[in-house]
Amino acid sequence: MSAPSLSDALALGLTADEYALVCDKLGRAPNQVELAMFSLMWSEHCAYKHSKKLLGSLPTEGPRVVMGPGENAGAVDVGGGMAVAFKVESHNHPSAVEPFQGAATGVGGILRDVFAVGARPIAVLDSLRFGNPSSERSRYLLDRAVAGIGHYGNSIGVATVGGEVYFEEPYETNCLINAMCVGLVDRDRLIRSAAAGVGNRLVLFGALTGRDGIGGASVLASAELGEGDEAKRPSVQIGDPFAEKKLLECSLELLDRGLLVSLQDLGAAGLTSSSSEMASKGGVGLEIHTDRVPLREEGMEPFEIMVSESQERMLCVCTAERVEDVLAVCARWEVGGTVIGEVTDTGHMRMYHRGELVGDIPVPALVDDCPLYDLAPQPPHSALYPRPERVLETEEPDEVLLALLGSPNIASRRPLFEQYDWLVGSRTTRRPEEADAAVLHLGGGRAIAVSIDGNGRRVACDPYLGAVEAVLECAANLACVGAEPLGLTNCLNFGNPEKPHIAWQLSEAVRGLGDACRALGVPVVGGNVSLYNEGAEGPIYPTPVVGMVGELPDVERAGRMGFAREGDAVAIVGPFNPDLHGSELAKLGGGELPRGLPEVDVEAVREAIAAVRDAVREGRVASAHDIAEGGLAVALAEGCLAGGIGATIEIAGDVKALPLLYGEAPGGFVVSGPRDEVAALGTVIGEVGGPELHISAGGADLAYSLQTLREAHSALAAAFA
Amino acid sequence: MRFGVVRFPGSCDVEDALHACSLAGEAVELWHADRGLHGVDAVVLPGGFSYGDYLRVGAIARFAPVMESVFEFARDGGLVLGICNGFQILCEAGLLPGALLPNTELRFICRQVDLEVVTADTPFTREATVGRRLSIPIKHTTGRYYAPDLDAIADQVVLRYTEDHNGSSRHIAGVCNEARNVFGLMPHPEHAVDPLTGSDDGLLIFRSMSLVGAVA
Repeated sequence: MSAPSLSDALALGLTADEYALVCDKLGRAPNQVELAMFSLMWSEHCAYKHSKKLLGSLPTEGPRVVMGPGENAGAVDVGGGMAVAFKVESHNHPSAVEPFQGAATGVGGILRDVFAVGARPIAVLDSLRFGNPSSERSRYLLDRAVAGIGHYGNSIGVATVGGEVYFEEPYETNCLINAMCVGLVDRDRLIRSAAAGVGNRLVLFGALTGRDGIGGASVLASAELGEGDEAKRPSVQIGDPFAEKKLLECSLELLDRGLLVSLQDLGAAGLTSSSSEMASKGGVGLEIHTDRVPLREEGMEPFEIMVSESQERMLCVCTAERVEDVLAVCARWEVGGTVIGEVTDTGHMRMYHRGELVGDIPVPALVDDCPLYDLAPQPPHSALYPRPERVLETEEPDEVLLALLGSPNIASRRPLFEQYDWLVGSRTTRRPEEADAAVLHLGGGRAIAVSIDGNGRRVACDPYLGAVEAVLECAANLACVGAEPLGLTNCLNFGNPEKPHIAWQLSEAVRGLGDACRALGVPVVGGNVSLYNEGAEGPIYPTPVVGMVGELPDVERAGRMGFAREGDAVAIVGPFNPDLHGSELAKLGGGELPRGLPEVDVEAVREAIAAVRDAVREGRVASAHDIAEGGLAVALAEGCLAGGIGATIEIAGDVKALPLLYGEAPGGFVVSGPRDEVAALGTVIGEVGGPELHISAGGADLAYSLQTLREAHSALAAAFA
Repeated sequence: MRFGVVRFPGSCDVEDALHACSLAGEAVELWHADRGLHGVDAVVLPGGFSYGDYLRVGAIARFAPVMESVFEFARDGGLVLGICNGFQILCEAGLLPGALLPNTELRFICRQVDLEVVTADTPFTREATVGRRLSIPIKHTTGRYYAPDLDAIADQVVLRYTEDHNGSSRHIAGVCNEARNVFGLMPHPEHAVDPLTGSDDGLLIFRSMSLVGAVA
């Protein structure tokens, strides 16, 4: 076979300069195996070459951080000798090409990241973005992606406890599928992925290796979507949750019995990235015999074996004496296990096929030497995004409420979460729509809360403040159940960073994330970056998605969002300055995206978050719910629907009804409880009770029965019909 | 009462079932590839996706080595409880009448539902009174109960849904065999044993079973 040329390198996604650098690092031109490996390891997806410099600005230290960025998942101490490992990852492009398998394998991949550190996955959350449900393609993507997430999570027996979904025109071609997994582990049982011990064996276990997913990281994840994406379907992996269930139990038993030196999952770039990252972290070399890798199909070339993204595989290092025990555990779980190589002191990745050396790369060249690029950020001079389509003609406050409740971004998520097993594991103490965050008890009265948030349209209006708001929103959701954030994971979904306006969005958003995390004292323990999210009609809204894990000292006092008791007072808490710019109502009315959002007093919001959290923890309030999309009136309606009871709200004074009721801003909460208690927290605006929600404010007077509200709120079911 | 909970490859609710059983007695795990039942007093086939639901739900699990012992145990009058996938396996094995078909909407449904106790004359519901409502979750894609002759099994119906969720004939949620020592249900009583996670109505089934041991 002739040696590959520059044009082969370009076809695999490397630039001419990068190819020259590869030649320089090797002292010769790479052969086919080496080029395939470089093209993946130096892809945006694996090397973070356009984001790494920025990510270094995020705060990663905190008293509860046990494992920070760089490992398969981050981990925080949750007390009682336990740690929680968690991470969010994207599977956007595969899902846009094949939504069921793309979403399913997205869940499978993030689960493996979490059990690769030794944690048992206890929860999955997902963050989804689609075009408007009025489009048939969006409904197809939604339907199949939700089915795919359910298929994987349900079948493997990990509860899908929460998530979010937004529908916006710019995601029409390029949907977003982000999945977060949370796992629980004894703190001293966390395992890292660094290979160590010259002579130790490298064992590949799990599913067979096939030709599926070849080039997934480079072809799909590191380029824009465009015409002919159908042809990329073979680059999407096929998931088998049954295989992963066995792999999960097998991996945890191997760790329980102390048989492993290190463990790593195979994800993007398959064996190439898993093995070379293990070698890099351990400062060692690896020898891999590709002909020993059990194959699904005959005649696979060494380079195909090295880059295959076949799912449900893990790689571990163990001592030579333990090999037999390791393989016995694999056999018990009916999981294939094979010694494919060993740890060396060469500092090189050396691949052999039938005894012949087919690739030889210094580990640092592959893992560390990919050039990192400076962004060239430029704020745009004109609007980057078209006006949303106008779908609401009225501005009558009473009609607006029902329209908002039934709008795709606000309507009940029941048609989605009923397709997910949110209770397996018997930890789910607050299930979807019961509270602003999911609560999982850990036994002994302790619990964690989890939430995932990110409103891309707000970030499109103002990348810095939009990202700040995403962090505040997530912390506010945790506060409503009484939880304090311990750590944050994020997934940065953006367009092509080589374009100056996208670079600007990305750098502003990361600056916002960092500032908000520092203000709240929340460390970033891991994350993922997904770039090149663009279709022919332009980039997606910049969408930083943040996931947080928080702790509750007393699970019995986990907060709820629903109004609870007749006669309780209702109050607004926090520095809530509602504004219609960038709101859901403005979107429905077809309003231009504003350039910039109103300034946020982050310190005041932080204080409000703390006040609500303490009130919930101390049992001083009966309900707490943050005011988010749709504003105050929607938050009140949600409180009524979740509690199955009405409320009468009266806001006196010279106020304008529309901005007051439907404007949005961070930092506002609706709480209910004994009058003295809620009056001490904020401004009392009404009382819980009766069969309807009655609001009078700024000359507007609206009253709806719970039944009417519920009917409006259930509009999303139609998207699944 | 010593409960044995079988783990098949792909079982998801083993830990939950073991915990629920431990609230009513002693609980041990049984391995699908072992033939013996280790002297347990009752067998629980838990929920999940044994063998990935490949071929047909429950179709492969009924051939697992442990099932030979379960058949013998059931024939001798031992208590066997099948939850969700366990129910599907028992129907596949012919220990219970009827079959579970895909839900009418062909989707997975996870929902807290209300059930009505149809008979207290079984070892699984003896702690209940007829007509009692139980709040217990369902979660399945293949839970639509079907039997060719519903009249013939009318007195074997143990639990009904109070409304339609999946298209089950006569809202049937759980049935027992003629001898009343084998019981299968689609809802998950093992997920309803603690008010903290939504309900403890499911305990009634495990407690009823444990009484059998006490009586015997």
